Amino acid sequence: MSILVIAEHDNSSLKPATLSVVAAAKAIGGDIDLLVAGANCGAVAEAAAKAEGVSKVLVADNAVYEHFLGENLAALVVELGQNYSHILTSAGTTGKDFMPRVAALLDVAQVSDIIRVESADTFVRPIYAGNAVATVQSGDSIKVITVRPTGFDPVAADGGAANVEAVDVVKDAGLSSFVGEELAKSDRPDLASAGTVVSGGRGMQNGENFKMLEQIADILGAAVGASRAAVDAGFVPNDMQVGQTGKIVAPQLYIAVGISGAIQHLAGMSDSKVIVAINKDEDAPIFQVADYGLVADLFEAVPQLEEELKKVV
Amino acid sequence: MKVLVAVKRVIDYNVKVRVKPDNTGVDLANVKMAMNPFCEIAVEEAVRLKEKGVATEIVVVSIGPKAAQEQIRTALALGADRGIHVETDEEVQSLEAAKLLKAIVDKEEPKLVILGKQSIDTDNNQTGQMLAALSGMGQGTFASEVVVDGDKVNVTREVDGGLMTVALSLPAVVTTDLRLNEPRYASLPNIMKAKKKPIDAMSPADLGVELAPRLKTLKVEAPAARQAGVKVADVAELVNKLKNEAKVI
Repeated sequence: MSILVIAEHDNSSLKPATLSVVAAAKAIGGDIDLLVAGANCGAVAEAAAKAEGVSKVLVADNAVYEHFLGENLAALVVELGQNYSHILTSAGTTGKDFMPRVAALLDVAQVSDIIRVESADTFVRPIYAGNAVATVQSGDSIKVITVRPTGFDPVAADGGAANVEAVDVVKDAGLSSFVGEELAKSDRPDLASAGTVVSGGRGMQNGENFKMLEQIADILGAAVGASRAAVDAGFVPNDMQVGQTGKIVAPQLYIAVGISGAIQHLAGMSDSKVIVAINKDEDAPIFQVADYGLVADLFEAVPQLEEELKKVV
Repeated sequence: MKVLVAVKRVIDYNVKVRVKPDNTGVDLANVKMAMNPFCEIAVEEAVRLKEKGVATEIVVVSIGPKAAQEQIRTALALGADRGIHVETDEEVQSLEAAKLLKAIVDKEEPKLVILGKQSIDTDNNQTGQMLAALSGMGQGTFASEVVVDGDKVNVTREVDGGLMTVALSLPAVVTTDLRLNEPRYASLPNIMKAKKKPIDAMSPADLGVELAPRLKTLKVEAPAARQAGVKVADVAELVNKLKNEAKVI
């Protein structure tokens, strides 16, 4: 068996999610080739070559791949992927965009967002916002799969010594073009891979009050997340949303502040190792999953938490 | 221009699902069903395009059992002009749904196809992208803004780091994210009027598509239950437990 993993990156660095996808590929077993498609992405290819367990890195470096447009990426992956038994990528927004297109062009089904590998053709994935877990078997000759990064422990980022090969396939589908982007700037760790996440909900009342959470996050080296209610109310941008329709996180510590704990929010964080809830409503559903719950007004508890943390961290 | 919208009948998003004791699936007997929330947003966007004079006709399509006609009626009450019901009691997986929709796209030749980004039951997030691939169209997935401009559509997409805008040539496929719009409610007069709007019923065979599921579900289980923990009395106790008991700070 041979497996093609498509790397997730931003043209300058490899996203940690890719190392989790390689771990999923290792669980399937076989030679693992890593495809880095982008523009001026030499540094990414070098980093990818050091990842544990990778036999070969293929680099498609061309302006048509700069913004990871699904139409162009899918055409490239379809051409390169024909001879592989499995094609994998992470279930980030880029992977979710191009991968089903790859599957349809190859006339195979896609298995989305797997959290476990049972065998080379059988995989486990959550359905119904994580309220059920399905084991599915693929009958297709090529298995096209997206991987939930939090489901797999990443392979080591160094120690490998894969060969890097340039791939000279330029696919411009001519259907789409990049217009612009507006990326949120943050010095904090990436939400999806952070070891600690501090999240706020509707109870925060406004965007200004999120500064309280940011101060806690800075002490803990944590990322800051939000519930859909906080995003819809305009407190914070949507890329901070944790849940079924936002990001799936599974940090060591998740602190939910002023979040009631709707099904859709729990779908994004209930695999966290330790969950802390701070909420003034003692009947809030979040307390049913929290390891440590504090029934208190967050506007009193959060400043106290900051003081206490300063003493011990 | 003509806009095609695909809608799906799914379990209501507020329902706490129960896995069947024999692990063959989720119990849908006597459970409240509704239009998938992302599909509602797709219908709303099409109706807004019509109100702006961009869309001239909205065709809504649903694939599924007889009861899926309720969701088509809902879309008609919200402002769609006519419906197509591809009736089947079989399981329809994303690739097959995309093939059925492609056959309808070939017949109807819409300029824009709008779907939800994912259905809240299977959580696949595949059908729109697969339809775009099979129809040779560009795709604007996870849209939070859609602006039709001549023979192009500019789609602002919700991506991991923030927002990204792409321009697609028409015809194109757009899949909706939650922040695209706030769906309206159907008024009683519009619900009554919707009863008179036409729904074409057809079968997968009529569209020349054979249902052949590629993925076999071996079992469906409840996720490992998470035990509720303890309530702490104050912040000092919380920090003490996190440091000395859970050892996470």
